[in-house]
Amino acid sequence: MAYSDKIKEIYQNQLSGIHEAGLFKQERFIHSTQDAEIEVEFPAGSSPKKVINVCANNYLGLSSHPEVIKAAHEGLDTRGYGMSSVRFICGTQDIHRELETKVTEFLGTEDTILFPSCMDANAGVFEAILTSEDIMISDRLVHASIIDGMRLCAAQHDTFKHSDMAHLEKKLQLHANKRLKVVINDGVYSMDGDTAKLDEMAALCEKYDALLFVDESHSSGFIGKTGRGTHEKCGVMGKIDIITTTFGKALGGASGGCVSGRKEIVEMCRQKARPYLFSNTIAPVVVSGVLRVLDILSQSTEYRDKLEKNTKFWRKGLSEAGFVLKDGDTPIVPVMLFNAKLAQDFSKDLFDLGIYAIGFFFPVVPQGAARIRTQISAGHEMHHLEKALDAFIQVGKKYDILGKTKQEIIEMYGN
Amino acid sequence: MEDMKEVILEYVIEEYCDEENDDVTFDTPLISGGIVDSFSMVSLKRFLENKYKISIPDADASPEAFDTVKKIEVLVKRFQ
Repeated sequence: MAYSDKIKEIYQNQLSGIHEAGLFKQERFIHSTQDAEIEVEFPAGSSPKKVINVCANNYLGLSSHPEVIKAAHEGLDTRGYGMSSVRFICGTQDIHRELETKVTEFLGTEDTILFPSCMDANAGVFEAILTSEDIMISDRLVHASIIDGMRLCAAQHDTFKHSDMAHLEKKLQLHANKRLKVVINDGVYSMDGDTAKLDEMAALCEKYDALLFVDESHSSGFIGKTGRGTHEKCGVMGKIDIITTTFGKALGGASGGCVSGRKEIVEMCRQKARPYLFSNTIAPVVVSGVLRVLDILSQSTEYRDKLEKNTKFWRKGLSEAGFVLKDGDTPIVPVMLFNAKLAQDFSKDLFDLGIYAIGFFFPVVPQGAARIRTQISAGHEMHHLEKALDAFIQVGKKYDILGKTKQEIIEMYGN
Repeated sequence: MEDMKEVILEYVIEEYCDEENDDVTFDTPLISGGIVDSFSMVSLKRFLENKYKISIPDADASPEAFDTVKKIEVLVKRFQ
């Protein structure tokens, strides 16, 4: 046996370090379907408690939608459970290509390729389309999966200040001599809930002959008038060269992702992207569910409209109660607490009052920017939101932070 | 002759800071303090190499060596 006491001690010390730094992540076991109300066993071993969930990516409330579940059952019955293959050997069914075509239509692009997850799409796309002669210029707050993808790619990289178009332009000028330039950003930023300035970015990319990449994981299905995404909201449909997105959030919430965009770029991914080439096809049951989700969203904007209404109510309620919020108009509404311990205590008190929302702190967000990230869903009814708001106000009063400025909260609790 | 620490500090503020975190000094932890993420550190390395006509091997360009302006000055002088 090679797992000696010495090796064991190395890992035990590392885990102790994570504990001591207050960064140890613990799973909460959910005994119900994903929904506005869930049953959570926390701490482990306790009886499951019914709570209102305000921290899921279930933006459209479709994760447990009866029609999606029915479509998934039909997919299971007609196409089976698994394919036991990667796509290019014997893992591509008719419904995989049908989903790629439907996603292409939905996003208004030229072609689409499915990946096991958006993490895999982001991990594979850059290496497939760029070489060491090229440059990737990314916003400093892009998702971790994009950073991993860039690390796996031989192209050079540089960054620009978050959403700072003047800084981006400087970087485009600095790297003018590269063979290919790719500007990389998220459509909606998952921690702050703000939206990328895609119209300005598209104009800069045109001016400096650069490709534009957007991760639409927190946008697809609900941002823009018909929920196509940030590119619809910013009026630049058809001008984004590479979109990656997930089916694991608003679009059914199961799993899977894709690269969608220019035909040749998608084809390069089909030929070269390693997570596509060396990982299993998306399970037929998931493909069938996502196909139904796209049908639902193409027929009506009912869900994204309800989400917009819920978001407005939630943001207005928190703001009027005197919380410090991050500006924005997306369903991601961060309640700023600045201090890591305060964020953890606040989350615990909310749970005691029947509200499930998680505290985020460094290194997930910058030092001194701890928060409770709330995420609103079309699955929430008004009574859910009213109860959650009451709980937030109650806990806010307990810590005496309502109506206080950022500076005042930091003076009280530190950052 | 311009002071190396001042030059580096000016670049760090211009490149990485905004009105929320522009009170950076020679001793402010840049990487461990979350002002410069390790991925963005590459532009700082490129700036130093171009400005001082040096080449810093990747193995020496560690987050620890880049953590404060003072430490960066020590690093640059090692390769001059």
